[in-house]
Order: sequence, then structure tokens, then C-alpha cells
Amino acid sequence: MKAPIWIPLYTIVNKEMIRIFRIWTQTLLPSVITTSLYFLIFGSFVGSQIQDIQGVSYMQFIVPGLVMMAIITNAFMNVVGSFFGAKLSKGIEDTLVSPTPNWVIVWGYVIGGVVRGLVVGVLVLIISLLFTKLTIVNLWAVILFSVLTAVVFSLGGLMNAVFAKKFDHTAIVPTFVLTPLTYLGGVFYSVNALPEFWQNISKFNPILYMVNGFRYGFFGISDVNIGISVTILIMLVLVLSITDLMLLRRGVGLRS
Amino acid sequence: MVDIALDIKGLYKTYSDGKVKALNGVDLTIYKGEIFGLLGPNGAGKSTLINVLTTLANKTSGEIIINGLDFAKFPSEAKTYLGVVPQEFNFHWFEKVEDIVVQQAGYYGMPAGEAKERAEILLKRLGLWDKKDTVSMKLSGGMKRRLMIVRALIHKPEILILDEPSAGVDVDLRREMWEFVRELNQEGVTIILTTHYLEEAENLCDRVGIINKGNILEIGTVKALLSELKKDTLVLDTVGEIKGLPKRYRVIEEGRLETDLLQGEDLYTITNELHSKGLQVTGIRNKTNRLEEVFINKVKD
Repeated sequence: MKAPIWIPLYTIVNKEMIRIFRIWTQTLLPSVITTSLYFLIFGSFVGSQIQDIQGVSYMQFIVPGLVMMAIITNAFMNVVGSFFGAKLSKGIEDTLVSPTPNWVIVWGYVIGGVVRGLVVGVLVLIISLLFTKLTIVNLWAVILFSVLTAVVFSLGGLMNAVFAKKFDHTAIVPTFVLTPLTYLGGVFYSVNALPEFWQNISKFNPILYMVNGFRYGFFGISDVNIGISVTILIMLVLVLSITDLMLLRRGVGLRS
Repeated sequence: MVDIALDIKGLYKTYSDGKVKALNGVDLTIYKGEIFGLLGPNGAGKSTLINVLTTLANKTSGEIIINGLDFAKFPSEAKTYLGVVPQEFNFHWFEKVEDIVVQQAGYYGMPAGEAKERAEILLKRLGLWDKKDTVSMKLSGGMKRRLMIVRALIHKPEILILDEPSAGVDVDLRREMWEFVRELNQEGVTIILTTHYLEEAENLCDRVGIINKGNILEIGTVKALLSELKKDTLVLDTVGEIKGLPKRYRVIEEGRLETDLLQGEDLYTITNELHSKGLQVTGIRNKTNRLEEVFINKVKD
């Protein structure tokens, strides 16, 4: 009789949960502190000098972007750190020699990344309430965009971990790709305020769609079409899932 | 008919740069219930063979049949038959002993309740039960090695692969482990081990295979391999003045000689001859491990 598949999936997810909450000062706290500083400096000090954007205060405007930034960073870093750590210590070999299917390995780690991303996102959201009031006009949009974004970056983190050969390699994408794309993805400003050329360039940045979709859930405002945003996110989930599965199937970075 | 646990046919492994042929058409049959030792110098292909068997390395070509199942067609089912004890400790330093074992059971689909019961049995059997709540980094080297074995056995594998199980283990623990491996084998578990310790292979294995440069050079029972030796080199401790001895005796130092005992020759011939020359033989021993001599001859060829 074939063993139930939920057991290995639960095993990986449970292992990830234990890791995340055991070292919470490394996994949960840093983003909360950093975004609190953003709220304080950009929201309270600088934001008070900036006029409302599309009918909401600057402080309110940046909250969804900063929450999304925390989700993106934590989802990505959780999977890249955990999977690469397992690769380096050869602990991943226990999973590879077992009958656990590749898709269970991928989604076990992705669920871990999603949970960390969302837990940090909720913590940042709670901190933001100390600085401003928030409304939610579309809860489903908030949930959909936060979960899909966490999934996309968890899948991306796994891909990074698969290719990484040393710890330095796990920092390249966050430093040179994620951070610039996040800052240029409309976290601190509306892209409508940019010159047309830069508006068009911004449309190639997937984070723009994530931030605006998420912001739409709170205030009902967005610089981009929500339908297009959802489609882009679903496409990214599909492409990254298939790529990760192919990488694991071929054993790239894992099997000699 | 003897059942076959593992059948390898024409197994090739060439590393991606195409220059290193780690396995060069390996054919190997391992029978159910035996202890099989894979011997070879460093870089011979032992670990590559184990890695291909456990899917940690992709084969270039060839066929692997485990308990009648084609590994390529039924990898998940075939993997359930295998338990693997890798050479290096690879558990998380901060995880507790019992958690490590139960977690491993989870990868094989074993429910937590059943896994905990079995973990208790195995941890008690290998003297680790009182350490169940200890993080793995606080275990001694021997305990870690035993934990690796418990972890590999948690899902009740029919074939246990031990990659250099005695590496870095003291003599007492090594002998304890041999005893445990024998017990497991008597319970029906087929054992495949790679080792550098030829004494280990000679003591433990029913059959051994000698591998070098990706080729299996010889497979046979330890007894059959040893019978290939045409002579045994003996070291003799003697009392008396050494002079006028025939050429077959080589003087190592005062009171110690070396000579070759040819296959079929009576040991009495030697002691009698030395006695006639006024020497009293007070001790006799083999100069080298006999299997080691076979091994060196094969690898040298």
C-alpha cells in the first residue's frame, strides 16, 4: 500500500515551522524592526510633508508596499536559507533518498516560505496601526495578492538555493535583484507620478503589480489593472513551479 | 533458488565533464540475507556506486533492479526497500535525537505515532534512548554514528547500505557495531557495506567485491578469495642463536624471522627445521591481513 503523501509534506512543513519559530530573532524580528523605522522616518517624519496620493495619506499609501516588501524578502530568504543550508549540510540527502516526490519537496519548502512571509507581513501590518489607520475595501484581494506573492518568491528562493554553491550566492539575488525591483516597484510612490518613459519601464517590474494589487485591497486604488496583476502572478507561479520541479527532477545542484 | 536483493547490470557513470568514468560497466548481484562488502581504494568508485544506488548521483546508463523492481520505472517503491547510512554526519545540529528519527520516518510516509514507537525500540536497542531529548551536536562521535543507523532503519528497510560505517570509530564501538550488523542480518536485513577496514570485511562479510577504477575486479566469498593466496607470510619469534639457516628464512632482527608458508605446506616442517638448527619457536603470526594481501594484489593488477 502506498504511504499517504500528506505525511512527508507535513514533515517538511513542520520542520520549517520549528526552524522559523526557534530562531524567531533571526527570522521574524529583523523585518519588523526595519519596517518600523521606515514607518517612523518615511511615514511620520518625511510623509507629513508630502501631500495625499489618490486620496490617501502618504503614511497610509506606503503601508501596503512595506508589508509587501516584508513578505517578499522573508518568503525568499526563508526558502533560500533553509534549502541551501540543507544542501550544504547534506541534510537534504535524507529527503532525496526517500520516496518523497519532488513536488512534495518543492511545496514543503514553499509553504514554509509562505508562512514566514505572511507571519512577518501580519506583524508589520500590526506595527503600522501604531502610525496610521487602515481600511480594507477588498479582503480577498489582500489575501490573494499576499499569498500569491509569497508563493512566487518562495519558488524563486528555491531556485536560487538550487543553483547556489556557497552562502555568498544566496545573497546575490536579494541584493542585486529583489531590493532594486522592490524599491522601484511603487512601494514609496505612485508610478503615475513618473514621466511616461519611466512609467513604461516600471511596467516590466512584476513587483509593481504585486504592490498595487495588494494596495487595491486596502484602498481600492491601483496604478495598474488588477486583472492583469492576478494573471501575471498566476503565470509566475506556474512558470516557477514547473522550473523548480524540472531542476529537482534533473538533480541540478543536488545530484552529481 | 536464492532470492536476489539487488541486481546491477552494465552500470556506467560518467561525470558531466565527460572525462571521469567513475563506473565502467558494473555488473553486481547481491542476494537476500547476505552481508556484502565493497572494497576499493580511494576514488575506486565505491561511493559513486552507493550514490547511484541511492539516487544521489544520476547514472549514465545501466539497470538497477531492487527486490525485482526496476529502479528507473518504480523509484518511489524501490526506495522504500533501502536504508542508507551515509559516511558523513548530516543531521541538523540543533535538532533533538528523537525528532531526527521521527522526521526521517515522515519522509517514508510513516505516521508519527508509529514512528515514535519504532524510534523508541531502535534508540533503546542502540543505547540512545536516554539521549532522545539531546540535540545532536552534543552527542559523541560514536553516538552520532549509532543515530545514523537508527535513522536509516526507522522505515524497516530490507536492504541497509552502510558507507564506511566504522570511519572514525574506536575499536570497542567498531566491534559493537559489527555485532549489531550481524544481529540485523540474522533478522533478515541484507547488508551492503563499503569499507577501508579489510579486517571488517573479513570478519563481517559473506561475500566481498573488489572495485577499482570503476570496474569490479573480483567478487566472491571471503574464503574463496583467500584461497587464491598461494602463500602466507609468517613472522616467527625465536629463542636461540640464529645461524646457518636455509635461504627461505629472512632475519628481521635478533629473535625474529620471516618466512613463507606455501599452500598445502605443513607448519610442522618449519618448526621442526628451526628446532633442528637449535632455535625454539615461541610465537607465530601472519605478517599481514590476508584479505589485505588479496586486495593489494588485485588492485595492483
